[in-house]
Amino acid sequence: MSDHEYVPASKFGKWFNDRLPLLSLASHLTDYPTPKNLNYWWTFGGILTFCLITQIVTGLTLAMHYIAHADLAFESVEHIMRDVNYGWLIRYIHANGASMFFLAVYIHIFRSLFYGSYKSPREIIWIIGIIIYLLMMAAAFMGYVLPWGQMSFWGATVITNLFSAIPLVGEGIVNWLWGGYSVDNPTLTRFFTLHYLIPFLILGLVVLHIWALHIPGNNNPVGIDVKKPSKDTVPFHPYIVIKDAFALLMFVIVFAFFVFYSPNILGHADNYIEANPMVTPAHIVPEWYLLPFYAILRSVPDKLMGVVAMLSAILILAALPWLDTSKIRSAVFRPLYKQFYWILVVDVLVLGYVGAMPAEGLYLLIARVATAYYFIHFLIILPVLGFKEKTIPLPLSITEPVLGGMPMASAVKKKESLN
Amino acid sequence: MKNILKISYSIIFLLAGTLTVNSAEKVDLLKTDWSFKGLFGKFDRGSLQRGYQVYTEVCASCHSMKYVSYRNLFEPGGPEFTKDQAKAIAAGFEVTDGPNSDGEMFVRPAKLSDKFVMPFANVKAAQAANGGAYPPDMSVLAKARSGGVDYIYSVLLGYEDPPIGVTLEDGVYYNKYMYGNNIKMSEPLSDGLVEYSDGTTASKEQMAKDVTTFLMWAAEPHLEARHKMGFRAILYLIILTILVYFSMKKIWSRIESEV
Repeated sequence: MSDHEYVPASKFGKWFNDRLPLLSLASHLTDYPTPKNLNYWWTFGGILTFCLITQIVTGLTLAMHYIAHADLAFESVEHIMRDVNYGWLIRYIHANGASMFFLAVYIHIFRSLFYGSYKSPREIIWIIGIIIYLLMMAAAFMGYVLPWGQMSFWGATVITNLFSAIPLVGEGIVNWLWGGYSVDNPTLTRFFTLHYLIPFLILGLVVLHIWALHIPGNNNPVGIDVKKPSKDTVPFHPYIVIKDAFALLMFVIVFAFFVFYSPNILGHADNYIEANPMVTPAHIVPEWYLLPFYAILRSVPDKLMGVVAMLSAILILAALPWLDTSKIRSAVFRPLYKQFYWILVVDVLVLGYVGAMPAEGLYLLIARVATAYYFIHFLIILPVLGFKEKTIPLPLSITEPVLGGMPMASAVKKKESLN
Repeated sequence: MKNILKISYSIIFLLAGTLTVNSAEKVDLLKTDWSFKGLFGKFDRGSLQRGYQVYTEVCASCHSMKYVSYRNLFEPGGPEFTKDQAKAIAAGFEVTDGPNSDGEMFVRPAKLSDKFVMPFANVKAAQAANGGAYPPDMSVLAKARSGGVDYIYSVLLGYEDPPIGVTLEDGVYYNKYMYGNNIKMSEPLSDGLVEYSDGTTASKEQMAKDVTTFLMWAAEPHLEARHKMGFRAILYLIILTILVYFSMKKIWSRIESEV
């Protein structure tokens, strides 16, 4: 890295930096050479950092007023909404913030899939990302339980019951998770504790994620290695900072629309009914961001295999750098992969749709086909494609397409005429 | 900018997907024009006050509203009764307080700081008095039903004779819009049931609209503040975004590249 030569100007700065190189770190972060052809899909890393910090700040404030007790939780949430100064604002930011967080993380993940950002030498960044994603799902699920509404209670019951599918020890594990024989006060208090803990674990992993990113540097839309620093790169500050800020503001406008004008549209009405163990809601549905996995779970007739399928659907992503055998990173140069990529996007959206529908009839059939395709994409299509696909020749450097205006077409033409 | 458009499209596409999923309704609900919808939506003060009247005279004998306080009645953004009116309303109810210095519980008139007094001591008592059905608490009812205010408005006006071939048990009524069409509450509203002090004709539709407006306020007492702040916040964000956009253009013009 280029920051080794950094020497602070002041004497005190030098003295301090020799003992704790914080200034060197800051210098590294601002000078960090970034490919200059990054498009707006690359701004979601910064947006996600913003989401995490927003969730932590609003969450801390809510925790000052929330009471984690089965008899008081629902009431304390209403207290926040009515009597705490701007409590409604803080809670709506936190609740919609979860949805915005997932929206951003899905775009971030699918950007990575399109441009092959998970490939060598970025496998560790990718795997840390998958762990963050898993923790996010855990945090979101437990957070949804805290208001102790009907969906909170029954969602918690359904999801924790999944562990009972484990042979022999399943029942014992479920009772251990609940801290009793049903979802009740002990479940709520431990979920609150874990919900408070997980964001800080995520924060730590985000530091590792960025650290690991700063070793090879960013991937880019062309997907070829850039020499850094060079005319292909720009320093992170101010170029990327201002661009990220612009994208973040656009994102925050969408966020604000939800918070101020449709704060409950992404939630479920039943969660404004206080939890009642005696009354089961007609349809128990998770939050939208978990629906594709819920669809996979329900599409398998056997409970244990359903759980296995659901977990595999997430864990398979961790193996992606090795399942994708193609050496070419960017889908721009992989005409076949590009098509399969979009089919996968549609497949996941279909899974999300059927996840919200009752698991019967045509919906169940669609869910099964879409689930099968999901696994076929990762386990068969990707490995085979690497060997079979005829890729488009890569440009020599990213400057070529960047200067050529219309990025890829011109670059490709030049390459072809050379051949 | 092309990419921004792409991003926006995909966001809208994703969200539109989830919205259609969430709002899948079987029957078309009755619609009426709610003053509190839209970017600048505000409650109709008169409607809120009339709605409160319908709530106390009709609903409150069975339905509690335990998260709303009497002081809320005069606070800005609500029915905005005067403080004295709200005090008088509160004083009409009795609450058990204590223990006093003698260790005795005592009954006193309700104060502004008290929550709405509940018609029944507990859920069991409410069920016993209502043929086993618990009349739901109305504090957040308008947010607790899919379809929201339109659903509540429709249910209030959706009573009709059961279709031929449908037999109902005793104490069960047919309602076109209720989930499952069976409701244990008899038709609560009829023309002229209450006498509005502001001279508004108390038709069934008018009362349904007023009380539903009141329920929306009860569920979302800061709705007006939210809309007001939302408009300012978004306007501010848009201006800031434009400024940042031009700063970005300027900064990136130093190098041969496009943003």
